[in-house]
Amino acid sequence: MRSMLPYALGVAVLVTVAACGGGQPAPQQVAPQPNADSLAAAQAAARAAADARMRDSLERMRRADEERVSRMREDSLAMMRRATDEVRTMLATRIHFDFDKSDIRPGDAAVLDQKLAILQANPGVTIEIVGHCDERGSDEYNLALGNRRALAARQYLVSRGIAAGRINTRSMGEEQPAQMGSTEEAWAMNRRDEFTIASGGDLLRRPPGM
Amino acid sequence: MRATGGGRWFAGAILLAVLVRPIHAQDTTRALEQGVRVGITYTPGLRPGMLVMGSPGSVVLDSVRAILQRDLDYSDRFEMIFLPGAESLMVAMTAPAPRPPSGGAASSGVDGFVNYGLFEALGADYAVAIRAVPETAAVVTVFDVRGRQPRRAIPLRLDSVTGPESRLAIHRVSDEVVRAAAGAPGIAATRLLIIERDRAYRIDTDGADALPVSRAGVKAMSPVWAPDGRRVAYMEFAAGAGRVYVQNIASGERALVPPTAQHLNYALAFSPDGRTLAFTRSAEDGTHLFTYNLAENCCVQRLTADRFSDNLSPTFSPDGRRIAFSSNRPGTPQIYVMSADGTGQELFAPFDYGVTGSSHAPEWSPDGLNIAFHRDVAGIPQVFVMDVASRRVRQLTSAGRNEDPTWAPDGRHLAFVSTRTGSRQVWIIDLDTGRVRQLTRLGEARLPAWSPRIAEGTNP
Repeated sequence: MRSMLPYALGVAVLVTVAACGGGQPAPQQVAPQPNADSLAAAQAAARAAADARMRDSLERMRRADEERVSRMREDSLAMMRRATDEVRTMLATRIHFDFDKSDIRPGDAAVLDQKLAILQANPGVTIEIVGHCDERGSDEYNLALGNRRALAARQYLVSRGIAAGRINTRSMGEEQPAQMGSTEEAWAMNRRDEFTIASGGDLLRRPPGM
Repeated sequence: MRATGGGRWFAGAILLAVLVRPIHAQDTTRALEQGVRVGITYTPGLRPGMLVMGSPGSVVLDSVRAILQRDLDYSDRFEMIFLPGAESLMVAMTAPAPRPPSGGAASSGVDGFVNYGLFEALGADYAVAIRAVPETAAVVTVFDVRGRQPRRAIPLRLDSVTGPESRLAIHRVSDEVVRAAAGAPGIAATRLLIIERDRAYRIDTDGADALPVSRAGVKAMSPVWAPDGRRVAYMEFAAGAGRVYVQNIASGERALVPPTAQHLNYALAFSPDGRTLAFTRSAEDGTHLFTYNLAENCCVQRLTADRFSDNLSPTFSPDGRRIAFSSNRPGTPQIYVMSADGTGQELFAPFDYGVTGSSHAPEWSPDGLNIAFHRDVAGIPQVFVMDVASRRVRQLTSAGRNEDPTWAPDGRHLAFVSTRTGSRQVWIIDLDTGRVRQLTRLGEARLPAWSPRIAEGTNP
């Protein structure tokens, strides 16, 4: 609606200008009187020219307006895409765990709260959480531990109102390290939950306040 | 005369070797914290001496001798008397000459002069001769040196010397030699499943003939043998699930275990009658144990249900009545036991709350007397064995990380994964002597599973 306003104003101005130009009979002229026919012809020609000018002007207006509208549409699409990317990045932020633990760390609760808001703002989205472990610990036990880590994040979200059916969980144990190596740093990076969008993630809305 | 003199010299060298040997047992004789008794005490010199004689003039039989001698060494039941090649041949010259087989005295497979005195001087309680025989390819004779008589003659058929078929045939003969000399068969004619670079392989007990079992390019875990030694089961990651397949190892044919199409299913165990497969499943309701009736292709049964604990790694007692497993219901994972139908769940291996480390991957010994598992000691996993009757626990390893023990069919050897020399490799320990040897020298090997004895006429 807002975009229509300048267009309507433009038309009104044009109409006024055309009316003033067309209706002026040039009263100072007392020279030889032209005959009525030629006067009528001249007036008709002037009117036609004014009409043409108005049409051209209207056409230019319309074209400019269309360009602006399509530019705005593209801008807002780009904005939505940018928002989608940002939201997707926020959603993919990993959380990490202490050795042999599946408790959500206090710092990671904020990360999960962000995901909670995203899931609330985008009710069509379903996600998958994959739990991982560091290379220490029994290979098969780590499959169970990774499962527990994925379930811990899922439980956090479900207990705050997200439908359980929107969150799928999986475990890869120690089988897919994020960082190779046998250092404390690598281990800390590898004890993690990864979050990916399973469906409904083509356009994502930013949650209010983000 | 010269031969006898040489014999004395070798006997001296052997004595020295016997004195030096306890170094091998260093892994298991260290005193440890937490009141855990380290159970292996090595007693050198009690094992009978074993001499394997050379086979003059036969390259083929010499390679048979090499495999046989290594098998006997790996049985850990003998003090092996190793003679350098030439001396070995010299000793063999004094052994009985080849003899065409005939009905009457075939049980001994020997005639002529046997130099028991020389064998005895070399420290041998048993001597083994390998001789070519036209019809059966070879005959392997075990001599009882102290009893001054041949004890057994074992025919050996050889299609080719290098093929896997003939290696298995030689391993079978080795096991019979062990039976003749020690009263119980060896474990040379068995195999292990391992995971190497995400793929399941089977490998001989002497480290030879690693052949792929699972598919290339698909991550596999949790390989186990069926009790018949012909089938195996393992898990493959596919489509977000961990699916379990049962595979005929000779034909390569395999079938999905239907209830494992969804979710993550792993840490498997066949019941001793081979009809039931127990498996671990991690899903939305945690990690729990299930059984599936393979014989009738039906009936998933859930064995654990506790919402707040993970339960995994089932292992059947040899009578099929009980299942040991690991559960974290006491806070850290510990070893539990229950009836095979899931009733009567209780703590199995004792632990002190806050002191005893996490305990994982139990496996019941084939004789039912012990449970092997690994337990964290100061944050490092070590292999333990629990005596089922007394529930007393002893620690077997202390060098590097040691985990996922699996029993040999003789109930005295364990294979396990160790990092003692760097990368994860499979090692074998003999519980009676404490002797440890390295089985694999691959990029990395893990999750070993030892086969039952391989029946005659099959070569999985």
